Amino acid sequence: MVISRRNLINIAGVAALAAPFVARARHAHAAGRVAVVGGGFGGATTARFLAQAGHAVTLVERDNLFVTCPFSNTVIGGFATINDISFGYDSLGAAGVTVVQGEAARAEDGKLTLNSGDVIAYDRLVLSPGIDMRYDALPGYDLAASQIMPHAWKAGAQTELLWAQLEAMEDGGVVAIVAPDNPFRCPPGPYERASLIAHYLTQHKPRSKVMILDSKDAFSKRPLFEEAWAALYPDMIEWVPMSMGGRVISVNAQDKALETDFTTINADVANIIPPQKAGAIAAAAGVADATGWCPVNPETFESTLVPGIHVLGDACLAGAMPKSAFSANAQGKAAAAAIDRILRGETPQSPKLINTCYSLAAPDYGFTVAGVYQPEGETLAEVADSGGISPLGAPRETRVAEAAYARNWYATITREVFG
Amino acid sequence: MHRSVTFFFLIMFLAGAPVATGLAQEAPAGAASCGGCHGSQAGSPLSLAGLSAADIVQAMTDFSSGARHGTIMGRIAPGFSEAELTAIAEWLKGSEK
Repeated sequence: MVISRRNLINIAGVAALAAPFVARARHAHAAGRVAVVGGGFGGATTARFLAQAGHAVTLVERDNLFVTCPFSNTVIGGFATINDISFGYDSLGAAGVTVVQGEAARAEDGKLTLNSGDVIAYDRLVLSPGIDMRYDALPGYDLAASQIMPHAWKAGAQTELLWAQLEAMEDGGVVAIVAPDNPFRCPPGPYERASLIAHYLTQHKPRSKVMILDSKDAFSKRPLFEEAWAALYPDMIEWVPMSMGGRVISVNAQDKALETDFTTINADVANIIPPQKAGAIAAAAGVADATGWCPVNPETFESTLVPGIHVLGDACLAGAMPKSAFSANAQGKAAAAAIDRILRGETPQSPKLINTCYSLAAPDYGFTVAGVYQPEGETLAEVADSGGISPLGAPRETRVAEAAYARNWYATITREVFG
Repeated sequence: MHRSVTFFFLIMFLAGAPVATGLAQEAPAGAASCGGCHGSQAGSPLSLAGLSAADIVQAMTDFSSGARHGTIMGRIAPGFSEAELTAIAEWLKGSEK
C-alpha cells in the first residue's frame, strides 16, 4: 500500500499523538521531521531510535518484507527457510514510525520525491539504501544474467534461486562462487557461503566441488575458514586467488562459462557476486562519489557532499568499519543520536562504534571478527590493541559456542531492529 | 548515570520542563553498539539484566586483562577506557526496561 501525501501528513500527526505521553512531553519542543530511505539494519534502526526520541519519522521502504542477508547462507546451505529470515514493519509502525511503501527517486531542497510522485518534506534525510549491483562492471553479467547465475547478495528471490539450483544439481557438479574485490557487502560472506554449500554437498552430493574465483589475494577471516575447510570439508573447497588466475574477467550466462585471466571454467551452478555500489538513491541525491559509495563525516554520518543528508550502512564509506548488518545497526544508533542533537541545535558527541561479524562454517561451527572504531580525522579508525578474529586452533567447543552465539546475536539484533 | 541524577531528570520530564536531551538518556560513546548482541530490550538471549553496573565493569576489565576468557569480549573490551566502561555500564543499567 502506498500512502498518499495528504494521508501521510495525517498519519504522521496521529503517530505523534500516539507516542507515549512522557516521550511526547519530553520532546515536544524538539521534534524534527526526518525522512529515512531504506528499511534494513541501518535505516530501520535510525527510524526507531529517532521516533523514540520524539521526532516525526517517515521510513520509505520498497518492500513490505525485509529478508536479511545475515543468515541467508543458512538457506543456501539447506538448513533454514526464507521465512526464518524475513521480517515485516508492523512493529516499527507501532513504535511511531510512519512506514511508506515506495521507492525514493530523488532528494533536493528538503524534499524527498518518490517514484509515485509523492513528496516528503524533511529537516534531515537519512539514506540507508544498501547496495546495488554494478551490472556494468563484469562483461556478460547484467540483470538478465543474474536470473541464470544468481548473485544472491540481496536476500530474497535471489537466495531461493541459488538454493533451488544447488538442490537440482547432480552429484559431481562444480559450484563456482565469483567473489569481488574490496569494498563490498559482507566481506566474509562469500567464504561462509562456500562453507555452507560444502556442508550441504558433503551430506547429499559428496563428489561435488566448490570453487571460489576471487578478484583479490586475501579475505576476511581467511585462516579460520581454511582451518574449518581442512577439518570439515577436506578437498571439497578450492580458493583461487587473483594471483593464481582467480579473477573472472567476463561471463557467459547461457553456458555458465566464467573466463579468467588464464582459462575458462564451466560451472554447473555459478554464483556471481559482482562489484557493488551504494543504492541508486545515493547517486540521485548527489551523495555518492566517483567510487559509487558515499563519503561521510565520521562523527555524524552526514554526507560530506550534501549537507543535511546522512548516509549509513553498506552505502557509506565508514573507514575501517566493514559493510555489515552489525555496523549498520551501530551506525544507525550513532546517527540517530547525532541527528537528535543537531535538530535541537546542540553539538553531537563523538561516537564510538563496535562491529561483530559471525560466520558459520557449519551449523555448529562458528567464529567471529570484532572491532571497536572511533573517528580519527576524516575517517573511522580501529581503536589500537582491540578487535581481531577468533583464535586459530581453538577447541571444537569454542566453535560450537560461537555458532550458538551467532544465533543469539541474530535473534537479538533482528528483534531490536524489526521488533 | 547516578540514580539521584536519573531521578532528577525524571521529575523534570514529568513536570514538562525543557531538558537537555531528546533521547531518554543519551548513550555514552560506544554504549549503543552493545545492543547489537545484548539487546536494547529485556529478555534478549544475551541480556545483561542480571548484572549490576559494577559487575559489568568488572567483567569488561577481566576480559580486557585476560583474567576472564570468553569468545569475543576479550577483543572488544580493550577498545574502551575504564572511564568509558563505567559510563557504559551505568547507562546500560539506567536504560533497562
